[in-house]
Amino acid sequence: MATESLSVDTATRPSRPRRVSATTERPAVKWTLIAIAVLFLVAVLLLPLFTVFIQAFVKGPGVFFAALSDPDGAAAVRLTLLVAVIAVPLNLVFGVCAAWAIAKFEFHGKAFLITLIDLPFSVSPVISGLIYVLLFGANSVLWPFLQSANLQIVFAVPGIVLATIFVTFPFVARELIPLMQDQGSGDEEAAISLGASGWQTFWHVTLPNIRWGLLYGVLLCNARAMGEFGAVSVISGHIRGFTNTMPLHIEILYDSYNFAGAFAMASLLALLALLTLVLKTFLEFRFGAELAATRRH
Amino acid sequence: MPTGVSRGGWQFAKPSVIPGFGLTLGLSITYLTLIVLIPLAGLAFKSASLGAGEFWRLATDERTLDALWTSFGSSLIAALVNVVFGLLVAWVLVRYSFPFRRLLDAVVDLPFALPTAVAGISLSALYAPNGWIGGPLGHLGIKVAYTPSGIVIALIFIGLPFVVRTVQPVLEELEQEIEEAAATLGATRFQTITQVILPRLTPAILTGFALALARAVGEYGSVIFIAANIPYKSEIAPLLIVIRLQEYNEPAAAAIGMVMLVIAFAMLLVINLLQAWSRRRFGGN
Repeated sequence: MATESLSVDTATRPSRPRRVSATTERPAVKWTLIAIAVLFLVAVLLLPLFTVFIQAFVKGPGVFFAALSDPDGAAAVRLTLLVAVIAVPLNLVFGVCAAWAIAKFEFHGKAFLITLIDLPFSVSPVISGLIYVLLFGANSVLWPFLQSANLQIVFAVPGIVLATIFVTFPFVARELIPLMQDQGSGDEEAAISLGASGWQTFWHVTLPNIRWGLLYGVLLCNARAMGEFGAVSVISGHIRGFTNTMPLHIEILYDSYNFAGAFAMASLLALLALLTLVLKTFLEFRFGAELAATRRH
Repeated sequence: MPTGVSRGGWQFAKPSVIPGFGLTLGLSITYLTLIVLIPLAGLAFKSASLGAGEFWRLATDERTLDALWTSFGSSLIAALVNVVFGLLVAWVLVRYSFPFRRLLDAVVDLPFALPTAVAGISLSALYAPNGWIGGPLGHLGIKVAYTPSGIVIALIFIGLPFVVRTVQPVLEELEQEIEEAAATLGATRFQTITQVILPRLTPAILTGFALALARAVGEYGSVIFIAANIPYKSEIAPLLIVIRLQEYNEPAAAAIGMVMLVIAFAMLLVINLLQAWSRRRFGGN
């Protein structure tokens, strides 16, 4: 009897209003929402990306390669690489140091320190350049000293490097801090108590635990370092062939109505952005558990 | 690195067997001070040395106020658009499965990775009167590039991932049980969404809004290519700083910079308070 009533019960179920589940929307609503979201993403994000590559090749590959082999263009590519090669490792070392101190130890003022590390993210890129112009420029207190030491910082490569370091300052640290806090310090304490030195513990215990998070932070840091425009623009002085990074060279080409050249240079940076996204997505997909729990940047 | 335990004089830290505290904290604080704190303090010092009267005169100059108004007005509109569409995108990405979902999910981060100058020239090519989007809009009588609405377009591009990436994880962790409970108690799907799900998302939405707004106010690279940059009309505050610097008018640049810095820090404070509030209300996220 019991089984009979049960079967009757299930048999009546489909005759209720046709809803797949109480916790989702009707297919019509669902597909409308998907269509709006996809259209929005295509219009706002994908179209600008495609435009870069199409505009780069619209005048043919000859113009494309001419723009890149132009001496000023080549100098811009070299300077961008140089700046990234200096700025990224410095911020990497800082990020590891800061994360080690913050994640492995308990001390007062830790939350405040983390806030200070995040500070550059809330500063406008233009202000990031401005502060170095005020500090090292012709009207600064340090100017007579810099003159006598024959040190050129503003309108020169050191200024560009400093501004880039500032804007990319938090990337590695803010990826590593939550990651290492989650991992705790049990592994390190075990290694130390078994007689490992501090260096050995770091190289053989900590580093393997944080390598993917570290790579993730470096990836984002590098993308920003190579693409930074506002901060670098303020401090560079735009001297062609000398203090022009790739983004600044794009601006010069664009303002002189050399659109094909500007987009050729831009397509290189867009390629870098795509590569960054692919690697980042791969890391999240493959090593998601070994990255910081927070996905916010 | 010294192999010994170097927590010697550090009274404020808990003892630990792990070495390197003094070294790593010392290096971090030195680097932080040199790169971030001293330069930022320099801006405050420069502004203070102007004197209150002069600072006030420079900061409330008509062109400065118009530039700040342009920056904030367009950032506010862009952040509101991003809240609506960011919420929709996050919802669709979390709740539905459809072709290319993973690809679109990855693409959301594009504005984080694409240099702002590249975004700027690309958006202005798209929305120019002869562009793919600007052309059809022109036939409808709508001009986007080289008008104030161009600024909003660039800021929507820049701010979108902030809203999506703040709302998405909260939405993922929302228990389906509470929706089932709501449905069992007789709520329609619309009531469940507006009265059960949306309140839970509110802190994340507000945080995403504030992050997008903060980023948009300071944005420079993507905006200057698509805006006409006409003083008093479509000139953003960061651009005015650049112009003042090119005129060798450092006091004016410093004054505008200081105003923007104070506003940025106020926003940071609001964001932190929002996150603390959301943690208190809904537990850790």
